Amino acid sequence: MQGPGRVAQGALTDADRPVRFTFDGIAMRGLAGDTLASALLANGIRLVGRSFKYHRPRGVVTAGPEEPCALVDLIGADGREPNRLATTLALHEGLNVRSQNCWPSLRFDAGAVNDVLARFLPAGFYYKTFMSPGWAWERLYEPLIRRAAGLGRLRPLVAEHAAPAQTVHDHADVLVIGAGSAGLAAAHRLGASGLRVLLAEQDVVLGGGALLDERWTAWRERVSAAISGFANLRCLPGTTVIGAYGHGVFGALETLTPAESASCAGLRERLRIIRVRRVLMATGAIERLIAFPGNDRPGVMLAGAALAYLRRYGVAVGRRPAFFLNNDEAYATVFAMHAAGIGCAGVVDVRAASLAADRARALGIEIFAGAVVNATSGRNGLDGVSIVDSDGRRRRELSADCLLISGGYSPATALASQLGAALQWQEPVAAFSAQLDAGTGRTAGAACGVFGYAAAARDGERAAGSILQQLNCAADAPDARIELPPDPQSTPIAALWEVRGRGKAFVDLQNDVTTQDVRLAVREGYEHVEHMKRYTTHGMATDQGRIGGLVGSAVLAQARGVPLSEVGQSKPRPFAQPVPFAALAGGEVREHFKPKRRVPLHDWHERAGATFALTGTLLRPLVYSPQPGWDPVLREARAVRSSIGVTDVSTLGKIDVQGPGAARFLDFIYANSFSTLAMGRARYGIMLREDGMLFDDGTTSRLGPEHFLITTTTANAAAVLEHLEFNLQSSCRHLDVVLTDVGDQWAQFALAGPRAREVLSAVVADLDVSNAAFPFMAAGAASIAGIPGRLFRISFSGELAYELAVPASCALQAWLALLDAGRAFGIAPYGLDALNTLRIEKGHVTGAELNGNTNAGDLGFARMLKQSGDFIGRAMAQRSGMLAPQRQQLVGVRPVDPTARLRNGAQLVSVAARTSSLGFVTSSTPSVEREGWAGLALVEDGRNRLGQRMLAASPMHDEQTEVEILSPHHLDPHNVRVRA
Amino acid sequence: MHPESESQPQTTDAAPSSSGRFSGWRLLVEGLTGQRGWSRAWAKAAPRPRYRVVIVGGGGHGLASAYYLASRYGITDVAVLEQGPIGLGNVGRNTTIIRSNYFRADNIRFYDYSLKLWEGLEQELNFNAMVSQRGTLNLFHTEAQRDLFTRRANLMRLLGVDAQSVSRESVKALVPLVDLDNGRYPVLGGFLQRRGGTVRHDAVAWGYARAAARAGVDIVEHCEVTGIRREGSRVIGVETTRGPIAADTICLAVAGHSSRLAAMAGLRLPIESHVLQAFVTESIKPVLDVVMTYGAGHFYVSQSNKGGLVYGGGIDGYNTYGQRGTLPMAEEVAAAAVTLMPGLARLKVLRQWGGVMDMSMDGSPIISKTAVQGLILNGGWCYGGFKAIPAGGMTTAHLIARGEPHPLAAHFNLERFAAGRTIDERGAGPFPFAH
Amino acid sequence: MLRIQCPWCGVRDEIEFRYRGDASVVRPAADAGIDAFASYVYERGNQCGWQAEWWLHVGGCRQLLTVERHTLTHEIRSIRGTADEPAQPLDAVR
Repeated sequence: MQGPGRVAQGALTDADRPVRFTFDGIAMRGLAGDTLASALLANGIRLVGRSFKYHRPRGVVTAGPEEPCALVDLIGADGREPNRLATTLALHEGLNVRSQNCWPSLRFDAGAVNDVLARFLPAGFYYKTFMSPGWAWERLYEPLIRRAAGLGRLRPLVAEHAAPAQTVHDHADVLVIGAGSAGLAAAHRLGASGLRVLLAEQDVVLGGGALLDERWTAWRERVSAAISGFANLRCLPGTTVIGAYGHGVFGALETLTPAESASCAGLRERLRIIRVRRVLMATGAIERLIAFPGNDRPGVMLAGAALAYLRRYGVAVGRRPAFFLNNDEAYATVFAMHAAGIGCAGVVDVRAASLAADRARALGIEIFAGAVVNATSGRNGLDGVSIVDSDGRRRRELSADCLLISGGYSPATALASQLGAALQWQEPVAAFSAQLDAGTGRTAGAACGVFGYAAAARDGERAAGSILQQLNCAADAPDARIELPPDPQSTPIAALWEVRGRGKAFVDLQNDVTTQDVRLAVREGYEHVEHMKRYTTHGMATDQGRIGGLVGSAVLAQARGVPLSEVGQSKPRPFAQPVPFAALAGGEVREHFKPKRRVPLHDWHERAGATFALTGTLLRPLVYSPQPGWDPVLREARAVRSSIGVTDVSTLGKIDVQGPGAARFLDFIYANSFSTLAMGRARYGIMLREDGMLFDDGTTSRLGPEHFLITTTTANAAAVLEHLEFNLQSSCRHLDVVLTDVGDQWAQFALAGPRAREVLSAVVADLDVSNAAFPFMAAGAASIAGIPGRLFRISFSGELAYELAVPASCALQAWLALLDAGRAFGIAPYGLDALNTLRIEKGHVTGAELNGNTNAGDLGFARMLKQSGDFIGRAMAQRSGMLAPQRQQLVGVRPVDPTARLRNGAQLVSVAARTSSLGFVTSSTPSVEREGWAGLALVEDGRNRLGQRMLAASPMHDEQTEVEILSPHHLDPHNVRVRA
Repeated sequence: MHPESESQPQTTDAAPSSSGRFSGWRLLVEGLTGQRGWSRAWAKAAPRPRYRVVIVGGGGHGLASAYYLASRYGITDVAVLEQGPIGLGNVGRNTTIIRSNYFRADNIRFYDYSLKLWEGLEQELNFNAMVSQRGTLNLFHTEAQRDLFTRRANLMRLLGVDAQSVSRESVKALVPLVDLDNGRYPVLGGFLQRRGGTVRHDAVAWGYARAAARAGVDIVEHCEVTGIRREGSRVIGVETTRGPIAADTICLAVAGHSSRLAAMAGLRLPIESHVLQAFVTESIKPVLDVVMTYGAGHFYVSQSNKGGLVYGGGIDGYNTYGQRGTLPMAEEVAAAAVTLMPGLARLKVLRQWGGVMDMSMDGSPIISKTAVQGLILNGGWCYGGFKAIPAGGMTTAHLIARGEPHPLAAHFNLERFAAGRTIDERGAGPFPFAH
Repeated sequence: MLRIQCPWCGVRDEIEFRYRGDASVVRPAADAGIDAFASYVYERGNQCGWQAEWWLHVGGCRQLLTVERHTLTHEIRSIRGTADEPAQPLDAVR
């Protein structure tokens, strides 16, 4: 029998629980505990996909997350999910997957023509062609390239709600990453100390490499049992640490097993944000490939992967394996397959002699010492290998159905590098390793080049001991009762990166980067490892070059004629494993993307039929009608102008300022004076930024000698508080002032219209609200519908108006009382749109004019600036550019033709020169005061243009409207109404 | 090492500096002869003791400035000094977007000039940087945003620059993955600049380097500037890790590190360095044909020709020189992505990285003379540096060659801060972290 | 990601704070003139190295802190409130 198949009982598979799945439409069976890759191999499948560029046939290469080739599209409940790794995808009943990047079928892929044309498509070929004719790139070449590129196909089926996702925050003293022998030993020691320990293991079971060695079963079980007895240690299997972010923060992706997922309402992953004092990285080492011609043929696989398939799943990846290796550790697979009764075609060992080779020979296994593989054969899967002696003389052919290779092991240093650890070249293991500084933690075991399970375990214990010392914990001696099986004696590795010969030798199996590509890059000057990476795309695929990265660097080093240690590796970035958007996003998506803030009366507004507008996270009633267009808005505005309206202004920011220094502080914060404000009075104030531009405006009332209440615009509420706190605690530290945000504590309503006083007097029984007793800009305490509140006589609409504030919990009671009192006058609740109409007519500014680029002079507030005393923005407001006459100034605009409309954002151009803009319309509305539209605009030297005509041009609407430039105060310029 | 795997060390400086003309025909010929005929894209020059112009920084702006100095202004006695290999700073770390949709007329003119130079770049450089005018689509979700975009688009159109508004339905047609209602910030519509798009960023650095070297510029890699030499109030040269180099004019084009270099000449700049993060997903078959931005979540995204979705968000908000990402930003941007495009939920993100930006105090760049005679600054690019490379290079070359600002970049002077003529597109004020 | 040890609230994530810039920049006297103010408002040392900077704990106690941080490695050396309490000793965080 040829090819892969199940030969034994696996440690993880359950022979009594068959699982049905489908690959490319063909029904197959695997076992519970299988990954897709092991199940495919058990079904004799070697060809699983096509490569990115040349569409070469590819099979399973690894048994873990470092897999470059065995990627499939998963057809599931969420649609078609691309690029799932067969090597980590847990098999479950009904699993349906398809191969990728092939058409019409995996076996006969038209794209394979690229492989034939490969000589014309070297690395970076696209930088050198497709340039003429100029139009052809976007229309012809690029679409072709785009269609050819990409691996899997994303076809989401979007359910009503986004897939559930969870974010979990973990806190501990020490995070141990990796539960191989080093990590387990370290966790055991740390756990015994009483510290809070997290142990994250990417695999679904603990043990790492030691899982694959039966001699270690007893040790692993005893340590695992001990660990599970520690209440202070949490074990997280199936959890990959995806990034190290400094300050003891790590991100980790926990992938739930199909069973866990089913019990958590379909939850598939958790993003864990881990905060710890120290980290112990026992991340192990990753076996790497050797670049030789034909090293990508299905059936060529890493030796360690073959061992994993045999031990974990009882699957033989072939029935006649050949081996090609350069180190003793990889012989574990030779011995294991031999013991499983699988006849070995031979072991090609680049070294002349080694202890492991001797042991193999003693078992009757043929060893080709001092030789290399220089070619493989087979159409869609391997059937033979060519061997040549180091001296190049003797050549042999071996018949084999798989070739298991090992080029050595590279410590997994990505996370350590992210924390700034420098890579050190370690000649004895022919790899880079990295050590952390003591304040961050330690790396241990194979992750820092200590190979052999026993040696790694001892290193893990030592590392744990040094962390305990760092954290001033009693460091008990390691538990000697749990005996470590001794590591076999071994002969050191002989570095081997590449075998040259005819045919493509790959250093990146997913992106189809060959050794020739690397050499071409060097010839063309892309000789720095980062340049080579970007030019050839080496290491940029989903596997991030885990098994071939160092090999590419080595080929680069050879081509440049410098040591590999000088070339280094490209810098690893998060994430250590591709992370689904859903997992990163967590639960804060769609309706939960940002919090929704509602005013106390939200429910009332909703019942009254309001449509809502978003201001940042706030929901404000826009208009009390579902009807689109201006009619309902103007109805509300007209009610205010003609009789009475009431609006909810609770979203305004409110800051309580108290203390002996309050008046002086406000004098510094505001451009106008507040120390001169009398008790029981309110004043409109403008705040500048330190650069002299307007920051915010609002009314501030003096409620007591040392007590002020600031209102801010809705949009700037948080920013103003921050601005005040910062200045109070930096430049005004000498002032004794306390700021309290009371924005959410008070509901506030504006009662506006000629009948405002009549309505008001019905709800504030015990206060004289006559014009004489409570004049314009008066402020004070009042009982509102029996509720202790505050009353301000201020107006944004331009009408006689009052603002009433009551504790938020009493909002409805006060609001209903107002409506009740106003019913006789036809009171209308009005929304933000009507408010906007009213304020535009009055010439009051909001965010459209306070746009961060206007200063006091621009908006006509120059006279408000204090003449004496310092305030924020005073000096910078005096710069020449801030006073220049060509600055844009606030004006009113009105169409000359009363039937024409205005557009916000229309550009104002002079009637003569129509291509250069002199300003733009900031706000506009149909007028309720008079016929036609009214607007505000910012226009260069605007105040000198009053009476002039300009064009309001909105090419976006194909409109040009002749407008007249006016004072911004479209109504009541002398404030007669507000003082009535 | 194995004998078969050994190779002769390359004789590094023997190869001619020119790599010949690139064309499909040449590729064909090389394909038949084993790709042996290619040589270095740009010569690895050793520094000479003096140059007329020294440009510090082998990024996009430095290399483009050198190229235009040589090709347009006839000044070839130029060295570009780069502390490491060229092109690995922000030109090699950005999200590759080009566009010219700005609020101010002077900015629209400048960035549209850049767009026009991008449009002819491949022929100009004989290097395919894959300028792809697939369109940039800005989505809006509030009336206030719509007004702002309308104002911007109106001005663009007045200036003869393309801009169009896009209805909700057309947004969906352009990007089927968008969930218009998305449960939180429903998309009300969008604005499209068809001529916007993406460019293969690394190729921009390589293409300018190759063209500049062919025009006679020395590109000196692994040459870190450690000091700026002055005589009185004017510069006379730089100290480097490869010895002193004299120069009449020194131009700093080291965005991200402008403050550090300027400090060597005794200058304090209106700049802070902040990190901006970017992300890329695994590669998939095409799902997104335009560059799209979504203001509700500081999210922008495009799909590269290789198939990965390249996306980014806002800056972290504090000074840093560390080119690394953070987890909160990764979460926040992903949340915006999944909110806007729920279909991305199962797509996987491969990498996260950061670039160090020169965040200027008004959010706009600086192409200007400085208080030190002969010292010119090209910096302060905030996140807008990539799209500006051709125009930034051209106008910087003009300033160096003519001694006066290019009319399209005159407003990017350094005096604007003290004079009260800041160029604050967003009106965010003197807070670099707010732009 | 920064974790900042607020003297009042304990160790908190950076997202609770608002960065307010270089703390060595001091507001000039009222009559110092436009140039002095322009330099105060716009010019920054922008150190690549240790920097004293303002952080406002907006998501917590709202106190302004002076944090000494390395702008390349993000190591934090000391944190003080604006009141005169001594700098807190820190568990080294990198």
